[in-house]
Amino acid sequence: MTTAHALTATDLTVGYGDTTIISDLDLDLVAGAITVIVGPNACGKSTLLRSMSRLLPPRSGQVVLDGRSIHGMPAKELARTLGLLPQSPIAPEGITVADLVGRGRHPHQGMFTRWSRADDVAVAEALIATDTADLADRAVDELSGGQRQRVWIAMALAQDTDILLLDEPTTFLDVSHQVEVLDLLTDLNRRRGTTIVIVLHDLNLAVRYADHLVAMRDGEVYASGSPETILTPELIESVFGISAAVITDPTSGKPLMLPIGRHHMVDRGGPDAADGPAGHPASD
Amino acid sequence: MTATAPSLDAVIASVSRSKAVRARRRVVVISILAVLIMAVAAISLMIGNTVYSVTDVARVVLGQDVDGASFTVGRLRLPRMVLAIVVGLSFGIAGVTFQTMLRNPLASPDIIGISAGASAAAAFAIVVLGLSGTAVSVFAITAGLLVTLVIYVLSHQAGSAGTRLILIGIGIAAMLEAATQYVLSQAGQWELQAVLRWLTGSLNGASWEQTLPALIALLVLGPVLLSRRHDLDAMRLGEDAASALGVRIERTRLVVVIAAVGLIAFATAATGPIAFVAFLAGPIAARIVGPHGSLLVPAALVGALLVLSGDVVGQNVLNLRYPVGIVTGVLGAPYLVYLIIRTNRSGESL
Ligand SMILES: Nc1ncnc2c1ncn2[C@@H]1O[C@H](COP(=O)(O)OP(=O)(O)O)[C@@H](O)[C@H]1O
Ligand SMILES: [Mg+2]
Repeated sequence: MTTAHALTATDLTVGYGDTTIISDLDLDLVAGAITVIVGPNACGKSTLLRSMSRLLPPRSGQVVLDGRSIHGMPAKELARTLGLLPQSPIAPEGITVADLVGRGRHPHQGMFTRWSRADDVAVAEALIATDTADLADRAVDELSGGQRQRVWIAMALAQDTDILLLDEPTTFLDVSHQVEVLDLLTDLNRRRGTTIVIVLHDLNLAVRYADHLVAMRDGEVYASGSPETILTPELIESVFGISAAVITDPTSGKPLMLPIGRHHMVDRGGPDAADGPAGHPASD
Repeated sequence: MTATAPSLDAVIASVSRSKAVRARRRVVVISILAVLIMAVAAISLMIGNTVYSVTDVARVVLGQDVDGASFTVGRLRLPRMVLAIVVGLSFGIAGVTFQTMLRNPLASPDIIGISAGASAAAAFAIVVLGLSGTAVSVFAITAGLLVTLVIYVLSHQAGSAGTRLILIGIGIAAMLEAATQYVLSQAGQWELQAVLRWLTGSLNGASWEQTLPALIALLVLGPVLLSRRHDLDAMRLGEDAASALGVRIERTRLVVVIAAVGLIAFATAATGPIAFVAFLAGPIAARIVGPHGSLLVPAALVGALLVLSGDVVGQNVLNLRYPVGIVTGVLGAPYLVYLIIRTNRSGESL
């Protein structure tokens, strides 16, 4: 349904004030795929997403969409192809769900051509896709965290872009809502062919939902590729600084990361170690 | 996804129905405000030391000669009424522009020192330099822009602005108000009313000559702000979200700040800083139109209504005549205290 767009960062260097956060980064987004970006806190994931969507001008290098530098493109034209759901967007006090979702139509409207039938249709489709149609007239600030997150995603869907970047869309959600949001984004990718980039914290969900995984460390792409090939104990050790075992997830057949801490090891030789809760066997 | 997914047509219908309801509410509120402004404007022409009938007033406005009324209504009350509307619209639209852009009701130009800068410069130009007319406006605008720049630079040194900008602005406003008082203390023979104009704002002695620059500024800069109203509205979602929706943040901010400061400065040069009108108009407008859509037009109308009715009350209701700024000051001060308490409790809010 959508045309395949190529979004590429070459030699990208960005930062704030005097500090450089990302230097000489190269990233080629796989069109029509779901790319998941993982990495420890403050490694520059949000900064990367912000500079891939024109929010931050590069110090050097560039971000190119279909052969054109995004910083030279008309802002609204870019916003009709490339959408971004930032990490912490703000809902104006008292705004209703339908109105907030309608804000996603901004790049499709001119100064004089405001609201059209196409806008109504796009908003309705976004509400249905995110299962928020029955909330349409509720105030956003009255909703639960999971509902609110779906509403923000609905706004991004209403923008109707072929590429969608989402910065930690599942943070603050319980596990069932996390899975729900990721399933919804996968639906979008499968049905419309939307190229999707998601920053995620949960490595196992990242691996499960990614066609393409990007692991970042200190403002650099440390590794990227299919999750099956790049998720190894060594990668986890050097990116997140924790030792982990990697097994095969019986449900998805994808790799599954099991972190290894200092406690709760099965002591195969002797009686159960004393650090588990009393009466709770470490294994049977 | 759920078993009972609603049909697309039903959702489209309900989306466009809610949209229509919101649009209708807006039209109703804006019309009521416009009618109220016209009503208070008519009253302001009719009452005063001498009360004239509607027909007398109408004849004067239409340019006919009416004994007595021609002078009182045509020369005194009419320019005063027009000036009240012009500066009210200017203060209202400029105030809500700042509040929307910085997502904080305390960020209004009359709280963060922009009006105080314009007012101090105008007082200086008149009292010390003996200037008048356009030269005073030029002084006021330059000072308003300078104060904006100073606040911006000071508050941007450590990353983000927000509360810091407002606190710095409030401090600068206090210093500039003290400067204005000092300049006025040097004025010597000035009559009380002239002094009060530069402290609280007043429409006394309004003339066409004084109204014209403010009117031209409104006709030029008002449309500039209006043309950016959808971008401003998108900026309420935060700058990242607005930028992702295709708003050019830096450009919008630059254009909008210059236009809003220009409006504040021209209006302040004409009447002095009419207390709290820029600050109150936006929140009142938000209360009555609700959270949907741009607040620029409703806030402009509320500003005009505040100045007009504040002046009618100040001139006619009490046994002494008070300048309009005292009346709006009495209205605005409690709200300012309330907001500061609320900001202290919750950190920051819209
Ligand atoms: N607006 C900003 N101004 C200055 N520094 C910032 C800003 N935003 C983020 N940073 C810094 O940039 C680094 C990377 O941040 P970010 O990209 O948000 O990381 P992540 O999303 O991976 O957690 C951090 O050290 C953070 O403190
Ligand atoms: Mg982040």
